[in-house]
Amino acid sequence: MADVVRLDAIARECRVQIIRMLAHAGSGHPGGSLSVIDLVVTLMFGRMRHDPKRPDWPERDRLILSKGHAVPALYAAMARAGYFPEDQLITLRKLGSPLQGHPDRTTLPGIEAATGSLGQGLSISLGIALGLKMAGWPARVYCILGDGEIQEGQVWEAAMSGPQLGQPQHPLDNLTVILDYNKIQLDDFVAKIRDLEPVLAKWQAFGWPVVEIDGHKIDQIDKALDQAEATRGKPFFIVAHTVKGKGVSFMENQPEWHGKAPKPAEAIAAVREILGVSEAAWEEYLAKDSTTRALVGELRALERK
Amino acid sequence: MPGKATRAAFGEALLELGARDERIVTLDADLSKSTMTVAFAKKHPDRAFNLGIAEQNMIGTGAGLALAGKIPFVCSFACFLVGRFETIRISVAYTNANVKLVGTHAGIAIGEDGYSQMGLEDVACIRSLPNIAIVQPADELETKQAVAYAVEHEGPVYLRLTRQTMEPVCPPDYRFRLGQWLVLRGGRDVTLIGSGGPIGNCLEAARLLAAESISAEVVNAASIKPLDEDLLLRSAGRTGHVVTVEDHALAGGLGGAVAELLGEVMPTPLKRLGVQGFGESGDSKGLYAKHGLDPAGIAASVRKFLNR
Ligand SMILES: Cc1ncc(C[n+]2csc(CCOP(=O)(O)OP(=O)(O)O)c2C)c(N)n1
Ligand SMILES: [Mg+2]
Repeated sequence: MADVVRLDAIARECRVQIIRMLAHAGSGHPGGSLSVIDLVVTLMFGRMRHDPKRPDWPERDRLILSKGHAVPALYAAMARAGYFPEDQLITLRKLGSPLQGHPDRTTLPGIEAATGSLGQGLSISLGIALGLKMAGWPARVYCILGDGEIQEGQVWEAAMSGPQLGQPQHPLDNLTVILDYNKIQLDDFVAKIRDLEPVLAKWQAFGWPVVEIDGHKIDQIDKALDQAEATRGKPFFIVAHTVKGKGVSFMENQPEWHGKAPKPAEAIAAVREILGVSEAAWEEYLAKDSTTRALVGELRALERK
Repeated sequence: MPGKATRAAFGEALLELGARDERIVTLDADLSKSTMTVAFAKKHPDRAFNLGIAEQNMIGTGAGLALAGKIPFVCSFACFLVGRFETIRISVAYTNANVKLVGTHAGIAIGEDGYSQMGLEDVACIRSLPNIAIVQPADELETKQAVAYAVEHEGPVYLRLTRQTMEPVCPPDYRFRLGQWLVLRGGRDVTLIGSGGPIGNCLEAARLLAAESISAEVVNAASIKPLDEDLLLRSAGRTGHVVTVEDHALAGGLGGAVAELLGEVMPTPLKRLGVQGFGESGDSKGLYAKHGLDPAGIAASVRKFLNR
């Protein structure tokens, strides 16, 4: 059983860091980072076997964030786990930083694949899962897809391949795929651009066991991951219903927050909401909490720049 | 005229031309806000198709629309279009479909998003196909004319556009023609051939060099395929030194095209400036400086090349 309270607290910290690093960068993708963070945190802090000190440990579990533009979520979780110092988060997207705008495995140990061109992560995940099986390693592979992303044809080539590849000796039951179904892509709502429905039936028809969950409820995510691990002979698919921009009222369900960074004042408001503090109680909260006070100071300084 | 991103000029041109020519349609792959076809789509919702994040299907559908008599503008980031090269190769090029491919967000100048979103190999790939014309306009005026030209031109065209603002460089009476370059500044010692993003920096570099008595001719090479062979050979014959400047991988771009021609027809000392290795995240100014595409970097390369 996952420690829901602990994971929720970590996810909250990561949300704050996502806002912080995007405000510093001045560009990037808050919506999809906030929708995916509960999934990432539940995986990295509650499920996966990995070691920040040994990012190249061959038997580690792998996380492929196929929707690479949401990499601030991954960076926040990686820093929290100890892959690199938290100070480094604010170098996101700056010249020379290993924290590239989209994941680069050659600059940052712990990143498993270059993603950012949508549609490629599931195929890579199939290959890794097959390779691990062939090596006889018990490691598991997790792949997170965006809902807009699965409009890409390559995803459906991989979907067709997943339940069949490696059979019968090496079925890919070490692979779990999670759809971050936040209902919004770049230009507009997914249903307005190219509807996916019935998405569950589509994956089922391609031969995947599928469950549907609330992607912000840690216990539901955890339970689905249990089911995935218990499934033999096939990879597993989780449709996670999420809210784009989750945790920040003015970003939630707003297509315009797909790909723009919060201004410093917006970032401060966002942090306050994520921490669950009312406007009235904010000054008092800051007086007591030195960490948040420092963060807000940092964001205010950005405004003066 | 104030500066304008060439993608923005493209969006305006589409709106203008689309009102007059019913055959014009647009296809997008969830980047219509970035490729700037949104205004056209608002005006002509029945002629604008957003196919979702599915570039390969978009390109093929565009080819089909062309075969049915439409003039489709098929738009995405340059990298995602050329990422579906084999579809372009067969459905557009080999089919000889009258498709206008529009690749925006050319080069490292897009900055912070990093390599995966940068069009850096598009010219090299598309240049290898026998029948696709390649045009990279320098400013608003040239972009609008190039778009109008693409509508009139029978056959596939690739338009390469910038995300960033481009300052005007073409004179008001300028007329774009495929296969014709424009001398922006006359010179005796070296021919600087620029295209797209760094064209303004070429002019600035020429000013820096002039202060050191190096006379650089600056040429705007909007037409990358075909090249303006006459102008190139004439200018290179006079100056004896050619430098190409582009926001594209060093291999196979404008510099490669110029090298191929000069090497066969009139071997001339040549220096190619462009992007080395993969691009990366950063501010566009810093990235141009790192790759020697800023005025100081271009001037330094010219100095070294001329042994001055
Ligand atoms: C192949 C490709 N085409 C286009 C893009 C540009 N792009 C970046 S994010 C995005 C929308 C993604 O939507 P979705 O998968 O739903 O992600 P989320 O909502 O989780 O942010 C697009 C079109 C891209 N990165 N890759
Ligand atoms: Mg989405």
